[in-house]
Amino acid sequence: MARITLDKIAHSYDPHPKTDADFALKQLDYDWEDGGAYALLGPSGCGKTTLLNIISGLLVPSQGHILFDGADVTQLQPEERNIAQVFQFPVIYDTMTVRQNLAFPLVNRRVAGDEISKRVNEMIEVLDLADKADRKARGLTADEKQKISLGRGLVRYDVNAILFDEPLTVIDPHMKWQLRTKLKDLHRQLGHTMIYVTHDQTEALTFADKVVVMYEGEVVQIGTPEELFDEPAHTFVGYFIGSPGMNVIPCEVEGKKARIGATEVKLNKSYRPSDKSTDLGIRPEFITLKSGRTGIPAHVEAVEDIGRFKIVRTNLEGNQVNVVLQEGEPVPADPKLVFDASRINIYQDSHLVQGEA
Amino acid sequence: MLDLRNVSKRVGNSTHIDSISMQMEKGSLNVLLGPTLSGKTTLMRLMAGLDRPTSGDILMDGKSVVDVAVQKRNVAMVYQQFINYPAMTVYENIASPMRVAKVDDTTIDRRVREAAALMKLEPYLDRTPLNLSGGQQQRTALARALVKDAELVLLDEPLANLDYKLREELRAELPKLFAETGAVFVYATTEPQEALLLGGKTATLHEGRVTQFDETIRAYNQPCDLQTAQTFSDPPMNIVPVQKQGRQFVFGNTKVAAANGAGALADGDYKLGIRPHHMALEKPTGAAMKLDCTVSTTEITGSETFVHLKSADVGLVALTHGVHRVEIGQPITAYLDQSRLFVFDSDDRLVAAPVSGAGGEG
Repeated sequence: MARITLDKIAHSYDPHPKTDADFALKQLDYDWEDGGAYALLGPSGCGKTTLLNIISGLLVPSQGHILFDGADVTQLQPEERNIAQVFQFPVIYDTMTVRQNLAFPLVNRRVAGDEISKRVNEMIEVLDLADKADRKARGLTADEKQKISLGRGLVRYDVNAILFDEPLTVIDPHMKWQLRTKLKDLHRQLGHTMIYVTHDQTEALTFADKVVVMYEGEVVQIGTPEELFDEPAHTFVGYFIGSPGMNVIPCEVEGKKARIGATEVKLNKSYRPSDKSTDLGIRPEFITLKSGRTGIPAHVEAVEDIGRFKIVRTNLEGNQVNVVLQEGEPVPADPKLVFDASRINIYQDSHLVQGEA
Repeated sequence: MLDLRNVSKRVGNSTHIDSISMQMEKGSLNVLLGPTLSGKTTLMRLMAGLDRPTSGDILMDGKSVVDVAVQKRNVAMVYQQFINYPAMTVYENIASPMRVAKVDDTTIDRRVREAAALMKLEPYLDRTPLNLSGGQQQRTALARALVKDAELVLLDEPLANLDYKLREELRAELPKLFAETGAVFVYATTEPQEALLLGGKTATLHEGRVTQFDETIRAYNQPCDLQTAQTFSDPPMNIVPVQKQGRQFVFGNTKVAAANGAGALADGDYKLGIRPHHMALEKPTGAAMKLDCTVSTTEITGSETFVHLKSADVGLVALTHGVHRVEIGQPITAYLDQSRLFVFDSDDRLVAAPVSGAGGEG
């Protein structure tokens, strides 16, 4: 296990980058703590795989250094970094038994025989593969094969880190529940440094203690699941985390007021007016629909009943504003939007700004 | 209208599709919901004419199409694994069915651009598919299916390989498009949440049988049996085996009143079903069955937290609002609200359902 330090890391696939936009990964400084569970979360093309490849050694960054426990490994090959990787698709040997597959990474490293059987038996138990242990991998289902891939990544005790690249993509939703839960358990039991790349918020937030959200080559927030939900540092985080995501509404601010077109919204904190583009962010969970006089008149455009809640899509001065109603809560006639002022975030040029009390 | 009458497909000794009958209107969206291997793709291949049913009949607007070759049918299909013409640009990929149908250039241009705007493909129209991400390639395939004036559009887990945010947006847009084209749309998915977001009607599939075919929200609120309830629940519905004794359901040393018409049921063995979001971790205001549990694990979806529990060897899942960290192994009390219980008899048929589930006052 190791602490992994990213020291002014940046990468461009263009050998002579001119502008910021030429960088697939913009400059990043960060310490991955020893034994931490991290997720790299973002849409396709955000740079998360580039960052993973820099950590694993498949890619040498155009700029900066990467250190394992303080030692510079920037120029080291992947096999010299002592890292385990689990990929999107199972990488196992069909002609070997489950047990042989799990033992393979240890045999390669000349681990003693009784140590191998101890580790492999442990792994078979935590993965619930006891009844299949001596069967050939050929003929197992996709999720059983992927479980073996996970096991092969986890079976080595001396790795600096385990990297997962969207390991649950090929798994059925019913099985995903079990494997997500299993990975979390394994981290708790084994304490490896784990970095998990995904575009799925549930996988990221469930697995990780700290989530690194990436957008257009930039790390826009590193935080706990609670922090990402309550105080997204960037409008993209607000939009990407949560279903539906945070409402982002263009506005102007002055003191404790935000103006959306002709509508005024009261704020808990005071903000200075700015030339930068300003947005009000509020999650659909923190808006209520009330009949009566208080609140902001809004036009209801659609109501989607999805069982345990309803998404009400409203129009406020030309902006779509989503509201979440809990099961059984009716949509009132002539509804008004009531914002919970304590849950409003203000953004300038897409970045969160703090108001003054 | 697409009309399936007692359609079965057998291969050797195994039955892949077991006597399915369903009628799908023009301009309607019909979701096939079930896990992998439940028969969704097999059923779609029968609808498309790629395979022939062993018995039963398939009619389009009253005429049997079982003997009509797939090339002669006006069907569009989109698969989970995106398929495009690699040598053509995105523009030409989308335009291709209209080129075949000899549509004039002005109309082609307008419809390609409309479909591209909807699928957020405008910047990529001049590229070839292999220079696009997986999501962009699939959106190209979807756009092509939309512009082809097909009378039957079959979508086999079309969003499975896309980012969930893109899925979220497309799910909201697709039903509107479906209604506009007037085609019969059939959409296969393994995800209950996706079926609910799409709306329309849903057929729940289990081992080649349709267990229920109904308005989506109705199938969710009034599943006819335990299998349908399980198919239509992610994570699975919590099931607690109980005994009915007099006016009460009893589980171990805890009990709850039999409400919602369940009071009249005969004494005996039943199963109580409760959805994860109705499994409370704080005492509800009404009467509830109290279960002593330990926390197995927690999962966070962004705006909600799933807490996995164990009570006397029964695994349960509770969904709570917001983001919570609960310690693993911690003892906790969970409550089954009596007004939220589905009751299944010993044959797994639904015998009582929560009244509030129908969308009224909660």
